[in-house]
Amino acid sequence: MKELRLMKGNEALAEAAIRVGADAYFGYPITPQSEVIEYLMANRPEDRTGMVVLQAESEIAAINMVYGAAGCGKKAITTSSSPGISLKQEGLSYIAGAELPCVVANVVRGGPGLGTIQPSQSDYFQSVKGGGHGDYKLIVLAPNSVQEIVDYTKLAFELAFKYRNPVMIQSDGIIGQMMEKVELFEQMPRVEPDYEWATIGRKEGKPATFVTSLQLKAEEQEKVNLRLQAKYREIEKNEVLYEEYDCKDAEYLLAAFGSCARITRKAMELARKKGYKVGLLRPQTLYPFPVDAFNKIAYQVKGILTVEMNAGQMVEDVRLAVNGKTKVEHFGRFGGMIPNPDEILNALEQKIIGG
Amino acid sequence: MAKRGDVVIDIEKCKGCEVCISACPQEVLALAPQVNNKGYHYAIKVNSDCTGCANCAIVCPDAVITVYREK
Amino acid sequence: MAENLINPENLVYKKTDVLTDRIMHYCPGCGHGTAHRILAEVIDEMGIQNETIGVAPVGCSVLAYYYFNVDMQEAAHGRAPAVATGIKRVFPEKFVFTYQGDGDLAAIGTAETIHACNRGENILVVFVNNGIYGMTGGQMAPTTLVGMKSSTSPFGRDTKTMGAPLKITELIAQLPGTYFVTRQSVHKPGNVRKAKKAIRKAMEYQKLNKGTCFVEIVANCPSNWKMTPVQSNKWMEENMFPFYPLGDIKVPEEK
Repeated sequence: MKELRLMKGNEALAEAAIRVGADAYFGYPITPQSEVIEYLMANRPEDRTGMVVLQAESEIAAINMVYGAAGCGKKAITTSSSPGISLKQEGLSYIAGAELPCVVANVVRGGPGLGTIQPSQSDYFQSVKGGGHGDYKLIVLAPNSVQEIVDYTKLAFELAFKYRNPVMIQSDGIIGQMMEKVELFEQMPRVEPDYEWATIGRKEGKPATFVTSLQLKAEEQEKVNLRLQAKYREIEKNEVLYEEYDCKDAEYLLAAFGSCARITRKAMELARKKGYKVGLLRPQTLYPFPVDAFNKIAYQVKGILTVEMNAGQMVEDVRLAVNGKTKVEHFGRFGGMIPNPDEILNALEQKIIGG
Repeated sequence: MAKRGDVVIDIEKCKGCEVCISACPQEVLALAPQVNNKGYHYAIKVNSDCTGCANCAIVCPDAVITVYREK
Repeated sequence: MAENLINPENLVYKKTDVLTDRIMHYCPGCGHGTAHRILAEVIDEMGIQNETIGVAPVGCSVLAYYYFNVDMQEAAHGRAPAVATGIKRVFPEKFVFTYQGDGDLAAIGTAETIHACNRGENILVVFVNNGIYGMTGGQMAPTTLVGMKSSTSPFGRDTKTMGAPLKITELIAQLPGTYFVTRQSVHKPGNVRKAKKAIRKAMEYQKLNKGTCFVEIVANCPSNWKMTPVQSNKWMEENMFPFYPLGDIKVPEEK
């Protein structure tokens, strides 16, 4: 029988982490994501599955605890919000460089600086372009509902271990704080790791294993980079996820991700009522980006409007994808402000349809 | 009379730091006039007064000394 | 010599197999090599080579994983105690150690160090204090002595502008999470033996889940102190030991 619950996005993420068989959560409180660690502490996953939950002294410590646990081949997860995610970038770069699997959720709030605690999508660049130092990529999943938070938590661990790469779930203050009906998957068992790359204790007669992101020779570091790039090309080939709404006959296209895509869908419906043939393309993976989907639809539509809760970030990837084939504009509210469907429709009319 | 001992020095791994020389109570060790492949003067035995106390090996940062002692 | 003593039955000392055969990159006479060796010997003697996971820092000992024949992870600068926490929490039955220098442990990683110790993580922290940043070429460290010259304190450490050297080990000893805190050196045979005993004790306590054990090793840095190894050991005795006195700082209460 389906297990349906009414849950907050942050709590659903925490519950999904327990159910996916995660071995460890390391976190640090920050609004609007503190419910994740609060839920975990209250639910005593150590009794349910043996999962470790630890409140670290900082986001930096938390991500490095993740590094340690992930280096042992364990399923480790941390969550934070924008300023905290900035602090985690050092660790994420090391995790990507050492090719360890882990899951990180960013419940994005408005910035820059301490910014605001209200929802935002202004960490798009930080998530999809790497975020820390060096040539690396995170796989970035953008849920638009509490249900997708749950589903993507499971997917994130699958992808993290498939590619030995950190996976970012880019949520935001809306999805994290909103309560929705959610169907939970059944408890999965925790798995004892037995990976060659993991430090699980040296095997007798074999050389010891070490986890590192250091290469002293440039030739060796280039080889590492080439291997990483090959992996990213694989990810781009295999793991793109997106949804299209009413795109078949569309003359104009809206593009939005996460919570903003839900508002944009309403704007699309309003536009259709006014007689405009408008579709919506929603990337579910921000990296790998649905380049081919945008490229294809660029031949069909007269223009694309990206709608984002930022000053124009995904719009750059859409422009790269369509490579000049059609006009691409951006409409955004930011700093914690949320666009309403009317102003999106208005922007569509002004920037694309009438423009 | 003290027990007799002997040391074997892995001269290619020796960096000629001389810490063993100052740790040897019998003044058995000295630096060779020659150098190894890394260019270091390496430690050598200069007499047969070794008692196998292992002090030299215990302070050797590069673990290049193996010690034997008459049983 | 009348007979050849060099045969296995007369063997009294040889390099432990818990160290690999790789030539260490450390400068001649550097204390790191000896500190590595005694830690490896303890692991060997306790028979825990396959149950030990180490964490290397950023600093001269960044490549420690080349020399220890145990599973190891290389941490970001200062983060070794957090990485070790992650390892120990998912593998509570393993022996976990960090090996860190003064810049790593007492400057950039102060928060991670203090909080791991405060939580009483069941790990061994080996802290090699030579009062200088070795790998980057001799800059001032948190533990650089007052008046001591370095490339970033070329006229000597001036406490008015640079602060006083940090006795982090005394600070660590104040924390309820630490069980055994000691300061040792590895420059003379007697000191090496004592330091090794301290590491052995720490590992035995880890087996009993007693909390964090912290072993500082005051060490030399001949290259950056610009002395010969033997001179540097003498300088260390005369200058480092008065400020960083050797001995146990926190010992478990005997029952």
